[in-house]
Amino acid sequence: MENLRLLFAAPPLSLQLLLDGILIGAIFALAAYGMALVWGVMGIINVAQGELVMLGGYAAYFLYRAGIHPLLGVPVAAVLLFFLGWGLYRSVVFRVVDKDLFISILATYGLSILIQQLANAIFGADVRTAESGFGTLVLLGGAVTIAEIKLISFVAALLAGAALITFLKRSRMGQAIRATAQNARAARVMGIDTDRVYAWTFALNAAICGASGALVAMTWIVNPYLGLPYTVRSFMIVIIAGLGNIVGVLAAALGLGVAENLAGFILGAEYQAAFVFGLLVVILVWRRFWLARERRYLA
Amino acid sequence: MKLPAARALAAPAAILVLGLFAPALAPAYRSQMAFLWVMIVFALTWDLLGGQMGYNSFGNVLFFGIGMYACVVVQRDFHLGYYSALFVGMAAGAVLAVAVGALIGSGLLGLRGHYFAIGTLGIGIAAGELAGGWDFVGGGGGLVPPMYPGAVGGRETFFYYLTFAIAVITFPVLRWLYSGRFGLAINAIRDDEDKAEAMGLRTTRYKTTAWCVSAFFLGLLGGAVGNLIGFVDPREVAFASSTYGVWMVLMAILGGKGTLWGPVLGAAIFHVTQELFWKYLLGWQRVALGLLIVVIVVFFPRGILGWAREKWPERFGHGVDEAASEGGG
Repeated sequence: MENLRLLFAAPPLSLQLLLDGILIGAIFALAAYGMALVWGVMGIINVAQGELVMLGGYAAYFLYRAGIHPLLGVPVAAVLLFFLGWGLYRSVVFRVVDKDLFISILATYGLSILIQQLANAIFGADVRTAESGFGTLVLLGGAVTIAEIKLISFVAALLAGAALITFLKRSRMGQAIRATAQNARAARVMGIDTDRVYAWTFALNAAICGASGALVAMTWIVNPYLGLPYTVRSFMIVIIAGLGNIVGVLAAALGLGVAENLAGFILGAEYQAAFVFGLLVVILVWRRFWLARERRYLA
Repeated sequence: MKLPAARALAAPAAILVLGLFAPALAPAYRSQMAFLWVMIVFALTWDLLGGQMGYNSFGNVLFFGIGMYACVVVQRDFHLGYYSALFVGMAAGAVLAVAVGALIGSGLLGLRGHYFAIGTLGIGIAAGELAGGWDFVGGGGGLVPPMYPGAVGGRETFFYYLTFAIAVITFPVLRWLYSGRFGLAINAIRDDEDKAEAMGLRTTRYKTTAWCVSAFFLGLLGGAVGNLIGFVDPREVAFASSTYGVWMVLMAILGGKGTLWGPVLGAAIFHVTQELFWKYLLGWQRVALGLLIVVIVVFFPRGILGWAREKWPERFGHGVDEAASEGGG
């Protein structure tokens, strides 16, 4: 609690935490938007979401090692992950699309463990980062500092999200995806190849996670085990915002980023993961009581 | 089951005899065999919720970890003899697990379907992270239970029989629960919870009871396993969501969830496979296990007994008539 007093003693510190939180939040929003897309269109909760983020991070890291600037690595990671997502759909995910929801959760959880262990066996358990070589902005006479890379990845995350939304709004495939989300059966009757739509949806989700992962690798670190917290964050953001609510996803993601940063500071970094998972449980239980109250009101 | 009593008892009796003499037959494999009983209890207690009640939990490992920590803390802080500390610790673990189950059950068991699955996943991992930061229970380094005082090699035999005893108690208790009103009630909850509630069933009470029964056996087991393994790590041993937490689900599904013998069968097959992976795929065994999870879930979601019941319904006590073709699936 010592740190809590420190917060009140030094207001610029809370501004610092707030800014850092908002800048992380945009990256969370990308993965969460992908999860909402897959959930809404295919009816699958993809537990391997965080592992796709992790793989995007490794893609950016290896491109950086090969001499490509991490910022250029972001679109490349997205393209690589697009094809990986396509492959995952064609090999595994298509078999669980119309199954019971629990089976799809368990199958993607299995995928998540598989990818995590493969990454551990191939890349090793070491923590990696892709150095971007940007400096640090100093504000308010040194009281608040912002790494430029955080600012850049915030903008890049918003751009990537905007690109995906434009694709969904404008392109023919985007229209087909939205039609399938509204009513898969009707879409099939109207001649849309829903299997292809699902493959595109899953691949687009993987691509957006890949971009988000590349930004993570550039701003923070990657290691094989960072997946599950990203999945849980995405899930939380989606259940707070609801499916198909872009503004809500962004707002919830920024809020989560701030909350997590504050909690990490006040409780100590070793409890940050516990905070994320604990918050998930609290939100789920709160949501249930809220829904129950709403039902009583209607009755 | 309309089998004659003698035939129905043949399989449990054979397993009981085999289990009693197994350490003498294969002394080199005592700890692996002890883990077989551990796996069977895992699968059975998971199936009580997931298979029979339709609440697919990823967080049952929470109770296992609580039991493990409670037992080792009692062994550390109460100056009793080795055996009395162990048994008092296991009892304390079971009681604490049930208490926690009852406390969080009212909030968590109101979640349905996938919200319950993800919520329980979160609570299992959160518990591991909390234990990893709490210095009283050793923080990230975990705890080490006291040394076994008996002769060298006696430890494996002792813990073999301890886990065997827990499994031997768990199975008939669950069987007795399933055979009565309680079994019918939780099956009704699985089939249609709203309808069950509308029929006047106190669903929350039944759900919490089932959750607590599961917690009791897992809490009891946790203490024994902590001592069997010889150290308690918060994330890898006690609250091991990505190993034990998933395996219990997988074993029940592999054998056939919602059946009495399915989890036992699934646990046996899974455990043997896992040991073979350890022996022949060292370094890649976790990758192989991940692949195994995906393959089982994607290609074999009905499980062995589910498949057998579909193929030979008459052996499972269904006459081959309309009732079987409607209800047998």
